[in-house]
Amino acid sequence: MSGDGGGRGNNGGKGGGGGNGVLRRVLRNPLGLVSAVVLALIVLAVLFAPLLSPQGPNVASLRDSFGGPTGGHPLGFDSAGRDMVARLLYGGRNTLGGALLALVVALVIGVPSGLLAGYRGGRFDAAASWVVNLVMALPAMVVLLASRAILGPTVWVLMVVLGVLISPSFFRLVRGVVAGVRGELYVDAARVAGLSDARIVARHVLIVVRAPIIIQTALVAGIAIGLQAGLEFLGVGSGSTPTWGAMLNEAFGNIQRAPTMIVWPGLALGLTSASLVLLASALRDALEDRGAPAARRKARRGGSGLVSSELASPELVSPGLVSSEPAPSESVLSESAPSEPAPSGPVSGEVGERAELLSVRGLRVAYDLADGTVKEVVHGVDIDVRAGEIVGLVGESGSGKTQTAFSVLGILPEGGRVAGGSVTVAGTEIVGLDERAHRALRGTVVAYVPQEPMSNLDPSFTIGTQLTEPMRYKLKISRAEARKRALDLLRQVEITDPERVFASYPHQISGGMAQRVLIAGAMSCDPDLLIADEPTTALDVLVQAEVLGLLRRLQRERGMGVLLVTHNLGVVADVCDRVAVMHDGRIVETGTAEQILHAPEEPYTRRLLGAVLDRAPARGAWKGETA
Amino acid sequence: MLSFVARRVAAGVVLLFVISLLSYLLLSIPDLDVGRQLLGSNAPQATVDAKNAELGLDRPVFVQYADWLAHAVRGDFGTSWFTGENVVQALSTRLPVTVSLMLGVTGVTAVLSLLLGVWAGVRRGVADRVVQVLGVLGYALPGFLVTLIIVVVFAVKLRWFPAIGYTDIAESVPGWLSTITLPVASLSVAGVAGVSQQVRGAVIDVLRRDYVRTLRARGLPPSRVLFRHVLRNAAAPALTVLGMQFVGLLGGAVLVEQIFGLPGIGSMTVTYTTRGDIPVIMALVSVTVVGVIAVNLLVDVLIGWLDPKARTA
Amino acid sequence: MSDVENLLAVEDLHVSFPGRGRGRRAARTDVLNGVSLAVRPGETLGLVGGSGSGKTTLGRAILGLVPARSGTITFAGERIDGATPRRRRTLSRDLQVVFQDPYTSLNPSLTIGDTLSEPLLAQGLSRAEARGRVAGLLERVHLPSDSAARLPREFSGGQRQRVAIARALAIGPRLIVCDEPVSALDLTTQQTVLELLLEIQEGTGVSYLFVSHDLAVVRFVSHRVAVIHQGVIVETGDAAEVTERPQHVYTRSLLLAAPVADVAEQRARREAFERERAAG
Repeated sequence: MSGDGGGRGNNGGKGGGGGNGVLRRVLRNPLGLVSAVVLALIVLAVLFAPLLSPQGPNVASLRDSFGGPTGGHPLGFDSAGRDMVARLLYGGRNTLGGALLALVVALVIGVPSGLLAGYRGGRFDAAASWVVNLVMALPAMVVLLASRAILGPTVWVLMVVLGVLISPSFFRLVRGVVAGVRGELYVDAARVAGLSDARIVARHVLIVVRAPIIIQTALVAGIAIGLQAGLEFLGVGSGSTPTWGAMLNEAFGNIQRAPTMIVWPGLALGLTSASLVLLASALRDALEDRGAPAARRKARRGGSGLVSSELASPELVSPGLVSSEPAPSESVLSESAPSEPAPSGPVSGEVGERAELLSVRGLRVAYDLADGTVKEVVHGVDIDVRAGEIVGLVGESGSGKTQTAFSVLGILPEGGRVAGGSVTVAGTEIVGLDERAHRALRGTVVAYVPQEPMSNLDPSFTIGTQLTEPMRYKLKISRAEARKRALDLLRQVEITDPERVFASYPHQISGGMAQRVLIAGAMSCDPDLLIADEPTTALDVLVQAEVLGLLRRLQRERGMGVLLVTHNLGVVADVCDRVAVMHDGRIVETGTAEQILHAPEEPYTRRLLGAVLDRAPARGAWKGETA
Repeated sequence: MLSFVARRVAAGVVLLFVISLLSYLLLSIPDLDVGRQLLGSNAPQATVDAKNAELGLDRPVFVQYADWLAHAVRGDFGTSWFTGENVVQALSTRLPVTVSLMLGVTGVTAVLSLLLGVWAGVRRGVADRVVQVLGVLGYALPGFLVTLIIVVVFAVKLRWFPAIGYTDIAESVPGWLSTITLPVASLSVAGVAGVSQQVRGAVIDVLRRDYVRTLRARGLPPSRVLFRHVLRNAAAPALTVLGMQFVGLLGGAVLVEQIFGLPGIGSMTVTYTTRGDIPVIMALVSVTVVGVIAVNLLVDVLIGWLDPKARTA
Repeated sequence: MSDVENLLAVEDLHVSFPGRGRGRRAARTDVLNGVSLAVRPGETLGLVGGSGSGKTTLGRAILGLVPARSGTITFAGERIDGATPRRRRTLSRDLQVVFQDPYTSLNPSLTIGDTLSEPLLAQGLSRAEARGRVAGLLERVHLPSDSAARLPREFSGGQRQRVAIARALAIGPRLIVCDEPVSALDLTTQQTVLELLLEIQEGTGVSYLFVSHDLAVVRFVSHRVAVIHQGVIVETGDAAEVTERPQHVYTRSLLLAAPVADVAEQRARREAFERERAAG
């Protein structure tokens, strides 16, 4: 461990910089600003109590008891004739000071132990977690009241006990966050880079737990103040010390005689506590604002279909104007035979002639962003799928291919909508179609095979239930009938032991098996059109080959049309009849698989093909050290 | 599952033992001279010593604890030092009050939180904003302050309910209702605020899952997806907070029972604990810890039962 | 291939993970069952396998991120399995890593400059020296020099992976474990990152252990290829040899299963794949 000090100092400086941004955001939030100001005023007033209140809190004159407001005493007097303002200000010192003490104790105990338990795990973690469970099983009020019996009526000591009792909330928070960070690749990278554990904690771990700790601190401060006042209200403290809780107790006892007396300590307590909680919530909002990269990461893992990963693509300058006018449907003319390879050409060549099964014209997809702006991610896409053909929709991440697929299914994520164009599925226009009618098409006319097999099965239900539920709903068949069909479907997707899989839960089967189940689910209501969104990307190469073979076989047997979204040109060569290449929300080239893979016309398609390594020569043998 | 419950019960027994031992030791640290407290400052020292010997306080503390434990496991918690009351009897009249209060609060919290949380999570927009603001407000005010406000408004000003006192359910159901309503309402505010946020979060989280999208793509109606799939998967996190809330209620019950003058174990805690009445305190600690352990166990069993991974393991 | 020649030699390595639960019920899962391989100076060894084959675990064991159960790992003639934490920290001079996921391998709250100077500071350089080197590193991986002051979220996946490569290069290592460094990237980005890796190897003579599931990628960057299946190396040989004339049945099916972007060739592959599958 050497050369450590400088780094940490510098780091702290930068951390402060980030914190300032958060602070500014908190203050820009009206609730955050108001609560921060109120809190600051309360703290200042309490700190400068001797200046603000000429009279001590215990100066009493029985003559003034229950007296109303007078010149020097704007809030009047309490039952013993003591000045309310003085009681409030000095009481605040004790109440807030006590809560502060409890908070510090909780932080000092909870944060380091949580860090250690989360980072190291193992025995210390087990022991610490056991102790924490023990403390959490303790009835706090009973312990505090008993502590008073043991330790006497000194509030400060009780506050230390309170701090111990609330420390588990910090321990659990910090331990959880740290254990999560511990598994991050960047922590592994730091270890490989030669950083000591102490430095990794200082550099990578503290920066992540800092924000949750601050939020939790504000929340716990509010709770500590409430508990402190509650204890005082019960009369635990010594009688003469002014506190808000004791004032409330006194006022509550005299509620019939002086009903307004309860207002001031109640207001002080409520304002302080509410400001702390509101501040915590504003802080959380401000920090979540910054949490965008985390969301984006999740989106990438979840598949290319989520909003944020699509939005991460560089913006295009001019919106697509390609044929946003829906062409009239010509069902009589477009009875093209599915057996012969479909004619194809550049984008414009397809505009007039629309496929019967799926025809997309000038599709635009837009997202309403949180800041009120609209971001268009698909700028006028034309695509056709005829019965009996597999059309590949190829593109890189952010090209809008998944958005296009989701539009056809009507399952765009929150905030996303079809902003223009026409989509017909089996002759029905679905742009502007009401949800119920669109839903009627899903499952029976158009079905969906997702990318990630595991996350697309509900973990709480058996495979059998998940297969039979849509069939029973859509086809109105009996439970026994649905079961028979489901087992049959499982056999068709080449599952050797359908009975066992039928009774299994998702976690009991492999990823490849799960993808077969999802394909079976898509087939269950005999759809005419299948939308498969990267159906083999998450699978092993061997399983991918099997699943693609299966898809091809089922498609041929049933004469289905398939729109296959993929980034893999090998998959295109394997199963697709025709291909549409998508880039930055537009279709750049359409054609048969042979045309696109062997004679691409557009520069982007050429670039894509140029990056395929299949035909690149293998690297030569090693010829000894080069350097 | 059975072995899981057995293991958890065993762990709970150990926890109970450790807590009772620690409590006894800590309670015995200060030299409270119970005999002197009972007999007053004028009593001769010999009489005080005799009183202490009668209570068994002249023995080493571990012997005292062993003696207590030996009786406690047989359900005998002794008598109060200060009132001579049989502790088990005192508890048995007071426990039902507290238990009915807590069950009422948990029921109200569960139902309201579920409704509000699902409403906010599904509708988002304005409904969501409303539930969130309610949540922050409910959280922001200390529980006993909320109680005071409720008392002042509904009992003192409006006089809809009695401010103080308790009618047993066996005596009169409307009477019981009128005395229990305000306490239950007071304690439910924070509970609903906290749990509805969790339900909302869990619902939103599940709604974003891939399998929900796939279920929609299968053509199932949103209501079916919501009530069958989303609620089932959101239940576990909601149950967890509900359990934690129940445990947290114990502290709140102390204050609320005190304010409303309910003869439950909460107000009993205040009266007996501050005096250092060890037999009563030990009984209270035991009862509450057993309650906490039982609730945690129940929640864990329910969650395990909901989770096929745990069930099929 | 004599021992002296090898920069890294792994002999009969076993790695297992504790099972779920506690005590006796926790059956350990064996991930690596006696793996042996060697990497020579300036060489790239490609390690190919399916998911769950143990390929990533092997890389992590070499880096000391997971403990070896038995067997030896020798680096530059020195046993490094079970090295002390102190030795591990100095070893990082020579042994580095590029991870698969460019989104989680960079700390989102540290600037690129901070991330890059981290290994330099850990090796005892002064802050000023480290800063000076960062610019050079960025240039090596073809990133603009103003990148140092920016945060990872301002970069695309490919750019982040360049940062990760720069971090690995910072101290001038002799071996970099590349764990699926391009599988999270788009096709066009993938190619440029691979070319960068080759360019760096030519310039510095660093060795790579290149872990991937993609035969096409592996054969492009590797001098030699080792195929791992269920924790065992089933085949090793020169890249062209293994990827064009595989000996082991698993390698063969792996090759046939990988689709090529050529309609006729893929049809042939598909037919061969179905034949093999029907046969075995």
